[in-house]
Amino acid sequence: MARQRVRQWALELRFTLVDQTKLVTAASELARNTLDHGKGGQMVMDVVEDSVKTGLRLAFEDDGPGIPDISNALRDGFTTGGGMGLGLGGSKRLVNDFDIQSEVGKGTRVTVVRWK
Amino acid sequence: MERIPILRMGNFLLVTIQVDMHDRLALQLQDDLTQRIAEWGSTGVLIDISTLEIVDSFIGRMLANIAAMARVLDAETVVVGMQPAVAITLVELGMSLTGVRTALNVESGMELLYELRGAFRPESEDEISQA
Repeated sequence: MARQRVRQWALELRFTLVDQTKLVTAASELARNTLDHGKGGQMVMDVVEDSVKTGLRLAFEDDGPGIPDISNALRDGFTTGGGMGLGLGGSKRLVNDFDIQSEVGKGTRVTVVRWK
Repeated sequence: MERIPILRMGNFLLVTIQVDMHDRLALQLQDDLTQRIAEWGSTGVLIDISTLEIVDSFIGRMLANIAAMARVLDAETVVVGMQPAVAITLVELGMSLTGVRTALNVESGMELLYELRGAFRPESEDEISQA
């Protein structure tokens, strides 16, 4: 599953244990969104570098129904799935960069980066 | 089917979660635990999560649900052994597990249960049986 692969990469990049845990937890939340709301999709993982640091980037993509109101979806406690509504907002707090694009009827793409 | 074992120790139930919890397994545990509490009249549940490397909002919700359901069935739940990195992540995620009692390890968790319920301590190994 997504969690093991992210853990493995985070280990190879020598993230600290706390950073690994945050990243894997965020991946778990976002992968669940992709499955539950997006009706399945894919995760693409790659290593990103800028001049000073290295990071791990995860992109979750689905062809699901999309999110009509993104700012609502990011708010803690907002849920359409009967959960706690912490998935999106919570995972945003667990990573450094967070980008979400969604089109109703087309699908959703969430990209996150955690820098080392 | 894959299941998480529930150990019976006197009036208490012990659960050690050692596998990477996937969603179906988590729901199964919720069902099994409530069944056992009702069947055996257990008054305490100890859940050891020391080997769990992540607790996401789903598993956090499962722990909170188990504690709430157990309370309705007149049993106390103590979650023990959370790794520090997991605690940091969980709080940052926005879950502080309000309503779930915690202890640092199994030993202090058991002490807390005895304190809460003042239940009898099992006298011998015979009274420890597996579900």
